[in-house]
Amino acid sequence: MPISSLFTLKIGGEAGQGIKSAGLLFGKVATRSGYWIFNYTEYPSLVRGGHNMMQTTISSEEVTAPTLHTNLLIALNQETIDLHHHEISDGGAILFDKDKNFDTSKVKTTVNIIEVPLVALAKKVGGMELMSNTVALGASVALLAGDIKHLRNMVEEEFGKKKPAMVKINQDAAQAGFDYIVKNYSQDIQQVIKPRENPEPKMIVNANETTAMGAIAAGMQFYCAYPMTPATNIIHNLAPLQQKYGFIYKQPEDEIASINMAIGAANAGARSMVGTSGGGFCLMAEGYGLAGITETPLVIVNAMRSGPATGLPTWSEQSDLLMALYSHQGDFPRIVLAAGDPEEAFYLTMKAFNLAEKYQTTVLLLTDKLICENDQSYHFFDYKDFVLNRGKYTIKKQDNYNRYELTDDGISLRSPLGVGNFFIANSDEHDAEGFSNEGIENRNQQMAKRMKKMEICKKEDMDGPTLFGPEEAEITLVSWGSNKGSILQALKEFDNVNYLHLTMINPFPVEQVAERLKKAKYLINVEQNFTAHMSKIIKQTTGIEILDNLLKYDGRPIYPEEIISKINQVLGR
Amino acid sequence: MMKAEEYNTKIKPNFCPGCGDFGIWLALKNVASQLGLDSSNTALIAGIGCHGHILNFTKINSIEGLHGRPVPVATGIKLVNPRLNVIAFSGDGDCLGEGGNHFIHSCRRNHDINLFIHDNAIYGLTTGQTSPRTPHGMVTKSTPEGNKDVPLNPAAMAITAGATFVARTFCLEPKHMEEIFTKAIKHKGMSVVQILQTCITFNKEYTLDFYRENVYKLPDDYDPSDKVKALKKAMEWGEKNIPLGVLYEEKGKPSYEDQLIDISKKPIVDTEPVVKDVTELFKAHV
Repeated sequence: MPISSLFTLKIGGEAGQGIKSAGLLFGKVATRSGYWIFNYTEYPSLVRGGHNMMQTTISSEEVTAPTLHTNLLIALNQETIDLHHHEISDGGAILFDKDKNFDTSKVKTTVNIIEVPLVALAKKVGGMELMSNTVALGASVALLAGDIKHLRNMVEEEFGKKKPAMVKINQDAAQAGFDYIVKNYSQDIQQVIKPRENPEPKMIVNANETTAMGAIAAGMQFYCAYPMTPATNIIHNLAPLQQKYGFIYKQPEDEIASINMAIGAANAGARSMVGTSGGGFCLMAEGYGLAGITETPLVIVNAMRSGPATGLPTWSEQSDLLMALYSHQGDFPRIVLAAGDPEEAFYLTMKAFNLAEKYQTTVLLLTDKLICENDQSYHFFDYKDFVLNRGKYTIKKQDNYNRYELTDDGISLRSPLGVGNFFIANSDEHDAEGFSNEGIENRNQQMAKRMKKMEICKKEDMDGPTLFGPEEAEITLVSWGSNKGSILQALKEFDNVNYLHLTMINPFPVEQVAERLKKAKYLINVEQNFTAHMSKIIKQTTGIEILDNLLKYDGRPIYPEEIISKINQVLGR
Repeated sequence: MMKAEEYNTKIKPNFCPGCGDFGIWLALKNVASQLGLDSSNTALIAGIGCHGHILNFTKINSIEGLHGRPVPVATGIKLVNPRLNVIAFSGDGDCLGEGGNHFIHSCRRNHDINLFIHDNAIYGLTTGQTSPRTPHGMVTKSTPEGNKDVPLNPAAMAITAGATFVARTFCLEPKHMEEIFTKAIKHKGMSVVQILQTCITFNKEYTLDFYRENVYKLPDDYDPSDKVKALKKAMEWGEKNIPLGVLYEEKGKPSYEDQLIDISKKPIVDTEPVVKDVTELFKAHV
């Protein structure tokens, strides 16, 4: 389906007006009615005030990216109209409170104005002013020919257990908005979320949620993280589930403590993970190499945001790639993966735990703010084929145990603290038992042993990149991370463009990437950073230089429309 | 049970001749032997500094981590396996300089771990710069005109930060050290032991004679349960006025690990990780 025919509802207001939860509720109405959605949210680093926006793009097919256009704008304040009215497609509409007298003088005449007494209706059913967003939701469901029962059910699920008294008031508020549209604007109703027959259940998830789910599914036993946007919600997802799924979450004093606690826990035998964003990862850089030299299995999630320093703290970027590969002094085996959407985040998190234990080293999973906080609809993930692999690991007492024994594959038998097998997990260069050793031969052997693991990993576990689109193409796009969604959406407009999507970053699948890139007629690398990190890696590893880079570093998504326009420009259209 | 000498490893201690670390190492082996500590029930952790070498000479499994970070490593071990005796060694630079944040917060959380601070009031391994414990005015390689900083008091800090066992001992009092180490290990909750240690190579102020002159043992009738008195006692420092002994002890306060409901009964590492069914979580997002 071309991007122009996707329907996007946008709701905007001040932080604290419940924009995000309203957007999510609306998304669920759509998926429960049998549609696919993509939720995109924007907010500043504030708890109250400031402009918040959430948009839901709806389609009868899978939808993977936000759109630049809006079809229905729900404005809870004047600022929403001022900022977004120009995005509204011809024939689209703005819905706002009839009694607020918002200025719509700049709005094009091709946009319909729908005025609903949101606050008055909320108060009429006994609610507070804040509930006007529920009225607006009810009105939106009516405008898009949706079934109000889905919204009513969700209100009950949301408040039923915690605040039963709120259920009826909110349901009445939603119904009041719905009825108002049916009565006063029936001519504006469009068939956007008209219930489809027997919809299969779909979940609406972001990558923070799926990272948490993947970690639990993969048997994680210890999670340690200091709050930092956009990784914080991994904490919020995991913390309430500790008892139920049998793991520990600990909030430490800083990210340095975080990674060191996890290294302690991992050496005591627990499957361990830390999570942070780039700034926190800077603090972890020291522990990154400690895990490397002590051969400690550790999953590190770095949910990227705009840098440097505090940068744009609530906006997206993909500028931590080279840091993931090069931070910390010295060489050590580091596996780096990158997720392009919530589904990949789920499977790659699971894979990360196995790789960490198999190779007894760090596995860094890169996600970015756009997938961490934007929701996408999916059928339930199927991971019945996943087999938990702890690698060479024993909890039995061994005779003549050597933790860092030299082996053909560089991997030695690991044993946790506390089972009687003596070893020193030593940050100094060490011998097979772990004793500090600065000898030449020993140093060379231990370095070679550790780095050998990367060779084996490249051979056994690094899948090649995924090609989307036709085998033969005029243009081949190359990218990673959240751009995947926008690129896939853009690809729907062309039959002569394909896309090489990278998830295995280190050890880099050099041969597979090189083979594919050599076949390409014209290459465009797409990334959210200033210096084209992936282009650099590709040139360094394959010798192929990508000359055309579509780069963006303003924190906003690379929209499908921008990719389409770039492709058209290259194709000379 | 291992005999004290059975804790020796193939590596011979390489502290400077006359270093206070020898005494600490000997006391550790004796206590380990008396209490039956070994690789099946104990984990040792150290940071970086002269103190950290102790792991190479002691046959109990261990982690030699990074400068300033032994405490969080120890904490992580204890959280997932509270059955283990966890003993973290640190130095004054390691613990109070680079690791100050971890020191304060581990005390606050009252983890059931032991923190033994080798306090020689100097950076020894880097050959003699000022440390967070170096006295004001002392000339070191990094303060040729005299140290302008005022030293920290780790015992007082530990008490105010919430540690439930705070003691001070001296590296040339072997019996006293053993007694204090034993009490610390047996105490449930965060134990902080400040070990006054000579650095014969680089600290010419806090010498053997200085300590011999000025330390005294707390009398038998000293009551370590009074926090305010303990703090006053911990702040004593000067001529004939450096108290040794258990300065503060609060018994019966739940440790951090005691508060982890299920996990305090069964350590997390006692259950092998398995693939878990998260369908319920999927459903919660429909």
